[in-house]
Amino acid sequence: MDKILTNTATELSKKLESGEITSVQLVAKYLEHIEEIEPTIKAFITITKEQALRDAQASDQRRKEGKPLSKWDGIPIALKDNLSTKGVKTTCGSLMLENYIPPYDATVVERLKNNGLIILGKTNMDEFAMGSSTESSAFYPTRNPKNISKVPGGSSGGSAACVAAYEVPWALGTDTGGSVRGPASFCGVIGLKPTYGSVSRYGVVSYASSLDQVGWFTRSVGDAAALFQLISGYDPKDSTSVKVEDISSLESSVTGGVEGLTIGVIKECFGEELNPQVCRSVRASVEKLKEAGANIVEISLPFADIAIETYYIISTAEASSNLARFDGVRYGLRVPAEDVVSMFTKTRSQGFGEEVKRRIILGTHVLSAGNYDKYYRKAQKIRTAMKKEFTKVFEQVDLLITPTTPTTAFGFGEKQDPLHMYITDIYTVIVNLIGAPAISLPCGLDKESMPIGLQIIGKHFDEKTLLQAAHTLENLLDQEVEM
Amino acid sequence: MSSKYEVIIGLEIHVELLTKSKIFCGCKTDFGASPNSQCCPICLGLPGTLPVLNAKAVEYAIRAGLGLNCEIAEYSVFDRKNYFYPDLAKAYQTSQSDYPICGKGRVYYDLDQERYSCGITRAHLEEEAGKLVHSGDSIIGSSYSLVDYNRAGIPLIEIVTEPDLRSPQQAKAFLEQLKNILQYLEVSDCRMEEGSLRCDANISLRPFGEQDFRPKVEIKNLNSFRAVERALEYEVQRQTAIYDQNERVIQETRTWDENRGVTVSMRSKEEAEDYRYFPEPDLVPLIISTEWIEEVKKDMPELPLAKKDRLIEQYALSDYDANLIVSDKNIAAFFEETLTIYGESVEKAKTVTNWLTGEFFRLLNSEGIESKDSKVTPKALGDLLKAVDEQVINGKIAKEVFEEMFLTGKDPSQIIEERGLQQISDPAQLLAVIERILESNQKNVEEYKAGKEKIFGFFVGQVMKETKGKANPALVNQLLKQALDSTDGRA
Repeated sequence: MDKILTNTATELSKKLESGEITSVQLVAKYLEHIEEIEPTIKAFITITKEQALRDAQASDQRRKEGKPLSKWDGIPIALKDNLSTKGVKTTCGSLMLENYIPPYDATVVERLKNNGLIILGKTNMDEFAMGSSTESSAFYPTRNPKNISKVPGGSSGGSAACVAAYEVPWALGTDTGGSVRGPASFCGVIGLKPTYGSVSRYGVVSYASSLDQVGWFTRSVGDAAALFQLISGYDPKDSTSVKVEDISSLESSVTGGVEGLTIGVIKECFGEELNPQVCRSVRASVEKLKEAGANIVEISLPFADIAIETYYIISTAEASSNLARFDGVRYGLRVPAEDVVSMFTKTRSQGFGEEVKRRIILGTHVLSAGNYDKYYRKAQKIRTAMKKEFTKVFEQVDLLITPTTPTTAFGFGEKQDPLHMYITDIYTVIVNLIGAPAISLPCGLDKESMPIGLQIIGKHFDEKTLLQAAHTLENLLDQEVEM
Repeated sequence: MSSKYEVIIGLEIHVELLTKSKIFCGCKTDFGASPNSQCCPICLGLPGTLPVLNAKAVEYAIRAGLGLNCEIAEYSVFDRKNYFYPDLAKAYQTSQSDYPICGKGRVYYDLDQERYSCGITRAHLEEEAGKLVHSGDSIIGSSYSLVDYNRAGIPLIEIVTEPDLRSPQQAKAFLEQLKNILQYLEVSDCRMEEGSLRCDANISLRPFGEQDFRPKVEIKNLNSFRAVERALEYEVQRQTAIYDQNERVIQETRTWDENRGVTVSMRSKEEAEDYRYFPEPDLVPLIISTEWIEEVKKDMPELPLAKKDRLIEQYALSDYDANLIVSDKNIAAFFEETLTIYGESVEKAKTVTNWLTGEFFRLLNSEGIESKDSKVTPKALGDLLKAVDEQVINGKIAKEVFEEMFLTGKDPSQIIEERGLQQISDPAQLLAVIERILESNQKNVEEYKAGKEKIFGFFVGQVMKETKGKANPALVNQLLKQALDSTDGRA
């Protein structure tokens, strides 16, 4: 593998600018590497080879004419297969949409294209983003590049794996309950989930609308900041998107340290379900931040203990409604039947996998007459209380720290009981419930050399402080590796 | 209706708003476009698309709410109503449940010269579904059905009334008033035949004096106001018969069969669907500022009932005439504008009323056009009536002129000029005609002189015929009388 493929996007940008490499050369190198390792990793569902090469040519032409669309013009990227791409299959990892080709681009895709980024393909995922291992993909599981007998995490497992396997410098995923941070942790890359509302959801195939957020995988905090700058911001097509403050200087400002910052360690996230090696590694990182000048405090958030339950009520309720449109009438799979109701039933029975059906049924149940108050309304009340509690906590601290996942990547088929699978997201779902931004970054390895992830949670729309602390920790840990 | 049961009726009315674009996307809302030509990824519910609320739809809903004397909610919420049907692209309808945009209101209406009122429970904003075209009669049993999503996403308001209506006639009168109000507000064209106004009716009976409501029946498939009235009349009879036999009415939904003139059971309460309403997470709560409401208020026109009362007060119109005039906002405006040209007085108002409710309505009917599409302007009618008053033409000729005005849009003066219709008021000219007629009708003259005065009309008719109707009738009468009464029968 050519060493240039291990570069961050920031480094590649400089090389493209200096003319050290062209976009066509770069894309060709990535495609060659993809061809070589994809049979093993299976991170992609669709590889848009021809289009990518054409786009790279156009990019080189722009640079030649001195008119690049941005400093990122010509840099490849991969997209999770639930981001709508005009003319390119968007399957959501489901048989239901196996041959669905959207007629429009998601806003994030449009913004990437407007900045000259080259889309290399669409990545594998748990079906409709429901899962924590990418095993629920209707097509095939993706393998963890760090150890191919392990899962890459999910649901954005394909995007995490392709960044970890150097198939792309960065990739977009989506995070509804930890679907970016979890796989980032399992694959040893950086995963950012920005504040709910800071990145447009237009064109993101909805799983749970009030929790879904586009996130991304990078190999450096700087790259994560750069992508935030590229694609965040108000979108008139998304009523839940908000105008974010000027972030033009975000990328350069992440270099500040942690001195004077108060960082809370959430006590409830170090419970019995936490693997001791993960615990040690995260604690050690916290120590490093303390040595670097951060003020570390222990914080108790009792609501953290019921986050999973709350999450599964709200997310499945919304999912049951969001996924109702897949009825065989307009697009996607249609299983013909003698009448329309049988057509609906057969199409949905055959088009959806087990996990998706489980969540649709659960969501339908919690919204049905007689259960609404008991489950959905109660969960919403808890969610509101959680937000209040977090607001209070953030009056005392600038950031919060938890492990990203209770364990490192597990083996295929290891989590047969759905509830065991759901525990994977125990520290991440709460962030989606309150809408705050969070980042997962690798903070060590376990005995099997599998990456351990640490999660930093920031205040709403304060990605700056979040990235600043993440960058500091990234440097501190890099020094350690070098030593 | 002499019966021992009190009739209790409440209505649910769906009204399409006349916005140029749909409620959650920019697609056009034109009626009658070719199937699926006014759709986009959003109203087709393609994966990943999101709704963005059309401010105009909100404004129209506020306007409608104010017209129905509703409280306008400063905070309202959109909810999803979940059900599967091929015309529902997202398999949920974005609607409003617990927090509708319009709260309690009241609508006043007249029936048989009495004033009534009906409470409005609420009115909420929602989106239309698409339209199904079946190869057979219905989705069941058709070999195929086609879906047209042009209608999907057109903004609707659903108006729910209190159970305040006490007879099928009241229900119809209320509906007519409601339609009139919404048309005055220009928020909907309320065409039942195009489906831009639809009505479901709830009806129950109870013995007079009983406090509690008895089980109600919801009637669907009502395609005209007449159908609403007929279906309700049928239900009154059906439920009366049931109670008379000491049996119970089942709470259910029934459909109106127009051809057979009966209601037929569709589904009972036990089979009622569970729509699993929950707040639409893709939209934020709708906050309406007091300023916005005030702004809409400022722009409110005079509404039909207020106009009716004023016209009666101002011009002494009869209740009947006032109803006719205000029942169409274009006619009402035409009426008042004509008066500003013609002159404002009780007599002139009566004349204009007669012209509008007579000739104008007749021509609209016979030509099959709507008042708003008529070529006649208030100025033209005013000028025509002046010409009559000034004896330029007589009343009979005026009707001819009006018909041509109606058909061509020409000015009355131009028509009179072109066709030489000026009234003949020159006594010498008329006398010559009269002499000729008496001359050639000697026998009739003798009969008249013998006392058969009824024959006078014959001579008038002959003069009019000779002058092609242009003779000044008063002058003809006067001259003819003189001529006949003179001794030798000569003028």
